Amino acid sequence: MLDKLKIPERHYLNNGHGLASWLLTKDHKRIAIMYLISISVMFFLGGLFAVGIRLELATPQGDFVQADTYNKFFTMHGIIMVFFFLIPSIPAVLGNFLIPPMIGAKDLAFPRINLLSLYLLWFGAIFATVAMVSGGVDTGWTFYTPYSTTGSNSHVVPMALGIFIAGFSSILTGLNFIVTIHRMRAPGMTWFRLPLFVWAHYATSLIQVLGTPVVAITIVMVGVERALGFGIFDPARGGDPVLFQHLFWFYSHPAVYIMILPALGVMSELISTFSRKTIFGYSFVAFSSLAIAVFGFIVWAHHMFVAGISTYAAMVFSFLSFSVAIPSAVKVFNWTATLYKGAISFETPMLYAYGFMGLFAIGGLTGLFLATLGLDIHLHDTYFVVSHFHYIMVGGAIMGYMGGLHFWWPKMTGRMYSEFFSRISAILVFVGFNLTFFPQFVVGYLGMPRRYHSYPDEFQVLNVMSSAGASVLGLGYFLPVITCCGR
Amino acid sequence: MKIFGIPIFPDQASTFAKDVDALYFFIIAVSAFFAIAVAIAVIYFGIRYRKTHDGEIGARIEGNLPLELLWSVIPTIIAMVMFGWGASVYFHLRRPPAEAMHIYAVGKQWMWKFQHLEGQREINELHIPAGRPVKITISSEDVLHSLFFPAFRTKMDAIPGRYTELWFDAQTPGSYHIFCAEYCGTNHAGMIGTVTVMEPAQYQAWLQGGGMEGTLAQRGAKQFNDLACSTCHLDSGQGRGPSLHDIVGKPVELQDGSTVVVDEAYLRESILNSQAKVVKGFQPLMPTFQGLISEENLVALIEHVKSLSPNATTAPATTPAPAAPPAEKK
Repeated sequence: MLDKLKIPERHYLNNGHGLASWLLTKDHKRIAIMYLISISVMFFLGGLFAVGIRLELATPQGDFVQADTYNKFFTMHGIIMVFFFLIPSIPAVLGNFLIPPMIGAKDLAFPRINLLSLYLLWFGAIFATVAMVSGGVDTGWTFYTPYSTTGSNSHVVPMALGIFIAGFSSILTGLNFIVTIHRMRAPGMTWFRLPLFVWAHYATSLIQVLGTPVVAITIVMVGVERALGFGIFDPARGGDPVLFQHLFWFYSHPAVYIMILPALGVMSELISTFSRKTIFGYSFVAFSSLAIAVFGFIVWAHHMFVAGISTYAAMVFSFLSFSVAIPSAVKVFNWTATLYKGAISFETPMLYAYGFMGLFAIGGLTGLFLATLGLDIHLHDTYFVVSHFHYIMVGGAIMGYMGGLHFWWPKMTGRMYSEFFSRISAILVFVGFNLTFFPQFVVGYLGMPRRYHSYPDEFQVLNVMSSAGASVLGLGYFLPVITCCGR
Repeated sequence: MKIFGIPIFPDQASTFAKDVDALYFFIIAVSAFFAIAVAIAVIYFGIRYRKTHDGEIGARIEGNLPLELLWSVIPTIIAMVMFGWGASVYFHLRRPPAEAMHIYAVGKQWMWKFQHLEGQREINELHIPAGRPVKITISSEDVLHSLFFPAFRTKMDAIPGRYTELWFDAQTPGSYHIFCAEYCGTNHAGMIGTVTVMEPAQYQAWLQGGGMEGTLAQRGAKQFNDLACSTCHLDSGQGRGPSLHDIVGKPVELQDGSTVVVDEAYLRESILNSQAKVVKGFQPLMPTFQGLISEENLVALIEHVKSLSPNATTAPATTPAPAAPPAEKK
């Protein structure tokens, strides 16, 4: 059996060994591998800042670093993780590698543009790194005006430029996927035969193409306002600081679905593979991806319930916010039903899938608290929110990424990971994650605001629990690196 | 409330607290029900249908339309219940009663300044009487801040260039945190204070204790003269600017024929950007005071103008308070 599966003599991994053979490649698989290495570096960097944050918060006094340094820590953590890790993670690595073979194409529709989008991510990262090493940015990854335009004396403009450039990477990847999925399917590969992974990426690409230009323009406006003194957001010059929030969240809420939708696609593949069954309700799962992408665009103002928007606008956006819950719930129910009468085995990817279902359920359900108007007033900008979006973006997106990476690792590299250590790491990630972030729901309801460098003493026990959990989580993330390199 | 010495639940010190907490527990119950149901199913299936031998495959089940419609419709209904309940709590939270006592708050990097109508000014401290609705009008001198009272379950952003407001009815005497919830720069975490809820008699005693400078409106009257507002805004209405007597809460016709109701937001705009909405029959002669007057003096000035309209009980800010439903209109 194994003989038949032998890798051909020349394949994408040994097709030329020089640096140029990689940097000038147009092969989607090689580009995916380069993305994998790039974002792994980013994940490590973002993780280092997270370590700094959790160390600082282990004591209430704020005695590990200065307030300014701490503010730069969480800003860099957010920017790196969101723009340079989570958004490219699954689409750029797994999507790039797998979409062509899954639809029966030789490569993406625009191989050169694919390489360009990798370079754009690198250029963006260079600007971000310049901003970081020349002193950092302390605005928070959200760049709220007027602090980012007039208040902060940190390196906002180069950082904004970095994000602006990285945004084009995202747009081009999305564009490439859309064209590929529309035009390059093999004969007989109809829309309703597409793997759900491809459906999820199709929905994601729509958001990337429609949403990212908005944040790109917004960040340019911040840059010119800061550098040239325009009055777009500055009330003293007739601008409106709340306008920034509308523009920013118009992209950045859907951006959450850029991170989570591909993970949902991975899950659909993993769960049906490891229970050896077809997915329950294929078309419901496929359309729920599109529904999440579409509804994602009409809920942005639920980030602004206390930002002075009118009561009636708040009610409309609260109402709409619940619309995202329905397709998300449908997916979870369908996965559960897929397990029914399956032949289930618990290899590493399935452990990640199980962990994902737990974390995604908690993350999704706590979203209901924040969509509910009366309750969000209290919870807004507390640690409850921090915990909620980590459950979705880290618990969901990274569990999906790790699960998918393990599942397709042999296909991508021709090597197997250590099943034993990988299972341990999957379990460590799940346990560590809950230890880290569950206490934050509690401390959030108690009223601890986010982005606090020091805090009242009564919040300490829960913060220590969180910091302790983070070390378990960090070990869980790091273990696969050792087991992969060790073999 | 504490379990094993770990606080897990904040003080309930306002009338909202129990409303918000009831909603919180309801959603926890619903969430826990669904999370546990799914967890039990997933774990049970994982054990019951565990693959036992190589080559075993699962049953071929493509889907079940009635079932899928059912589990789309039920979450929708539950979500609508949450929405409705949440919206009703929110409506209550956003609509201060007319008789609410009025306090001004200004956020500034990195402190909260509070001004009582009686004249007291406090920094990072706020004293209020128990059992009486309190409305706080909030503005900011620099960047965004957010005035947050966890024990009262309410918060509102402080936005430069406009007024926002929140209200609460603190029930339980005691001291509670005031936080800034919107990231505002280096010392964001230091922008915390204490709200002291006092028995009404104690509060009266506290009010007598300070306030040497006179009431907020009296300070505003001094500003009114110092800034030479009084030279144009003559009481007779014969000055270069309109008389400010008995205007608050009433509609006024503008040059372009439209009308606005005179409230805090309109007064603020007219002081800072005087050319924006000029009253019909007057020339746009008034200088702009943008940058010439601090947020604190601005509210004093507005309070002075409001004191010239003794019949107007309250002048709600246009943003973002909703219009009261007709039944409650006075």
